[in-house]
Amino acid sequence: MNSVRAVVARSLSNPVYRLMMAGVFAALAIVAFLTLNVRASWAFTLPFRGEKVIAIMLVGVAIAFSTVLFQTLTHNRILTPGIMGFDSLYALLQSFMLLLLGRIAFVQLNPQLKWLIEVMVMAGALCGLYYWLFLRQKRDLPVLILVGIVLGLLFRSLNSLIGRMMDPVEFDVLQDLMFANFNRIDGSLLAVAGFLMLLVSAWLWRQRYVLDVLQLGDAIAVNLGLNQRALTLKLIVAIAFLVSISTALVGPVTFFGILVANIAYAVSGSYQHRFVIPMASFLAIIALVGGQAILEYVLKFGSSLSIVVEFIGGVFFLGLVMRQGRR
Amino acid sequence: MIEVQSLNKKYGTTPVLKEINLTLPDQGVTALIGPNGAGKSTLLGVMSRLQAADAGRVMIDGLDVHQTSNAVLSKKMAILRQDNTISLRLKVYDFVAFGRFPYSQGKLTQEDMEHVDRALDYLNLNDLRHRYLDELSGGQRQRACIAMVLCQNTKYLLLDEPLNNLDMKHAVDIMKLIRRAADDLQKQVVVVLHDINFASCYADRIIAMKLGGVVYDHPPELLMTTDIMRDLYGIEMTIHSIQDRPIGFYHL
Amino acid sequence: MISTWYSWPLALGTLLLLMAGSLLVGVADFTWMAGSEHDQQILFISRLPRTLALVLTGMSLAVAGLLMQMLVRNRFVDPGTTGTLESAMLGLLLVALFAPGLSVFSKMLVAATFAMVGSFAFMGLLRTIPLRSPVMVPLVGIMFGGVIGSITLFLAYRYNLMQTLSNWTNGDFSAVLRGRYELLWLGAGLTVLGYMAANRFTLLGMGRSQAINLGLNYRAILTLGLVIVSLMSAVTIVTAGVIPFLGLIVPNVVSMLLGDNLRRSLPWVAWLGATLVLACDILGRLIRYPYEIPIGTVMGVLGSMLFIYLLLKRTQASHE
Repeated sequence: MNSVRAVVARSLSNPVYRLMMAGVFAALAIVAFLTLNVRASWAFTLPFRGEKVIAIMLVGVAIAFSTVLFQTLTHNRILTPGIMGFDSLYALLQSFMLLLLGRIAFVQLNPQLKWLIEVMVMAGALCGLYYWLFLRQKRDLPVLILVGIVLGLLFRSLNSLIGRMMDPVEFDVLQDLMFANFNRIDGSLLAVAGFLMLLVSAWLWRQRYVLDVLQLGDAIAVNLGLNQRALTLKLIVAIAFLVSISTALVGPVTFFGILVANIAYAVSGSYQHRFVIPMASFLAIIALVGGQAILEYVLKFGSSLSIVVEFIGGVFFLGLVMRQGRR
Repeated sequence: MIEVQSLNKKYGTTPVLKEINLTLPDQGVTALIGPNGAGKSTLLGVMSRLQAADAGRVMIDGLDVHQTSNAVLSKKMAILRQDNTISLRLKVYDFVAFGRFPYSQGKLTQEDMEHVDRALDYLNLNDLRHRYLDELSGGQRQRACIAMVLCQNTKYLLLDEPLNNLDMKHAVDIMKLIRRAADDLQKQVVVVLHDINFASCYADRIIAMKLGGVVYDHPPELLMTTDIMRDLYGIEMTIHSIQDRPIGFYHL
Repeated sequence: MISTWYSWPLALGTLLLLMAGSLLVGVADFTWMAGSEHDQQILFISRLPRTLALVLTGMSLAVAGLLMQMLVRNRFVDPGTTGTLESAMLGLLLVALFAPGLSVFSKMLVAATFAMVGSFAFMGLLRTIPLRSPVMVPLVGIMFGGVIGSITLFLAYRYNLMQTLSNWTNGDFSAVLRGRYELLWLGAGLTVLGYMAANRFTLLGMGRSQAINLGLNYRAILTLGLVIVSLMSAVTIVTAGVIPFLGLIVPNVVSMLLGDNLRRSLPWVAWLGATLVLACDILGRLIRYPYEIPIGTVMGVLGSMLFIYLLLKRTQASHE
């Protein structure tokens, strides 16, 4: 009896088992999403829901990756790409390119190619923003957070301004700006987004130990022989890719990343990226796929998932900020 | 007269004021000394109604400070706390003039302006009167704070470490000013001091606190002894008489 | 430089000029001197109410921001970063759900009550954290407001009130007509009240110890300030909607030029608030003529840029 308990205890403290458990829950969430309350025929339901679940998983994993990477890069656990307004920046860039190139040219462009161009522009813009905010303006964490939040507001306002300039009559402010929508996923991008996601994941996997060193701080990383500048640049590009993937698919999500990343730090049982990143991804899948399954198929609340997720994330963030103030 | 009657106060379970009984006359300079955490600031806080006690009361000229209206008290007693971080962008003159608020509610009369001018003069702030507080040095700001409470023109002045941030010249000036306020303007000044020798040179009476209680209450000549200093601060101090004043030497 | 004798006439002149400009810009044909019945109707039913609403809103929001900064003793707050506006909106949405028949005035009172409760809750929240950095205050406030806002958003989403909600959050004066803005005059009255108590609010801004030392009834003035701010917020939301960042930017600019003696600075805050709103509104109507861009959007862009500038400028000295 005692030995059983000991084995269980040992497995629970082992990051590998913890990861496996999270994986099981994630799989359960996916199964629930695919099978709950099916009314139509399976032949119709499975591909229909299947495409949706893949998209939601992609979004969740992209947010989890980008958040953990960004926090490793900036050596803290409060700032995230979402909070710094990067999602809104991507949305703004989309509108801006539309304005610049004109509607017709833009529509004629191949959607995948168009999207790749957007991602490139996004990477460039992020590098500039990062350089300005983190290297030129060296500020306390609270100042950075606040600047980030206000930047997000600025990007949203600019986006709505551009929207009104282009199409003053039927610009739909409400739907596009107030919250992300997990029901309006752009299917045409799934393949290319999935492919990009694989590339980023492969690169990250190779860097997993380097990231562990980077999170110790720039000075230590340099001291331990990392090419910290080059790595920073590569990470920013990776984050740009990831933010573009999630925002292109569902729209800006502000507080979800901080939630999964911080829970992942707490439950993965390790500081190492090879455990933290997959754990955060599983948690994201559990929350998004499971949440959407319950809200859409059980409670019939349709597309309110992002509101609920942002609410929980917001409360969580408030708690973190207040703890930061107390320390 | 200020009467402090069996004050007790705890933070959680730690007592910070233990059964304090004091009577302060209408006139004089009383120094409050003691090691860090002795409860000096808390005592001043309770005496000035800024903090509440758990038990006991403080009477000022027969009025219970925690029962009497603020408006009345602000003409009888002024308090300057240790942490005077004013983040407002106010000009020195305007700031000091707020010391007249209890009398004129902000509409300055001729008499108010005279008070303000006198206070600015006293503290050597005339050249700075049109500067903003946030452009001043720490010492200048401290002097502006003192000028403001001086403007209140109250019989009782409670100053919590007013020498903070001041260089030697200004520290001496403030102590002289306190002395003058007591002698010429018949005020009672209660002042928390860390420099024992300032207390010895300028106070009529020194009250020493330790661990929330009053442990000694004597004129400087009786208080400044090697034994008492050892008991209070845990350091060996030799006491020398310099110009008829007991001066403690402990720096070596 | 601002306190010279001609500064006030100059300021009032600018304001009047902008008001005249605001009256002239518009889609419907309208000339000053024609004096036809049609022109008069446009002037008195649509144009004049709009211009007055802009002036009153600008004034109220700027003064509300200033008072909030004194109450919280922090430079970076206004009713939009303390949960006040969001609480008012939650109240208003609940009215729309449960008692849609209430008069505008009653709706406003409900919103103001919610705003009061929300602001008090925020101040209570602040008391639980030792604030090492002044930036923590608006940060906690924004998050607090965000949490309340997402409850409102969820309710609005569930009960199909999204359109209504967006009217409150994004200031838009294009629908202001005679009979729909008069409540805003309350804002003018509250501004005067704030001016009358200006010295007391300055004292409040010096902190509790100082205020009590100088004989202020601290709690009463704090409550008065919150009542004024809450009413102002509620009034603006029910009439034209909120203009973001106005209450944050204007008091900061005035403070840098004139300091924080409210007796002196409050009228200038009111003036700059009104002037800025008028200018932004004219701008919004001209950029994409004949269509108009809501002032909430214009100020959202200008205001957030200015806020970031202020934030970086005002935190510089202490950290470098």
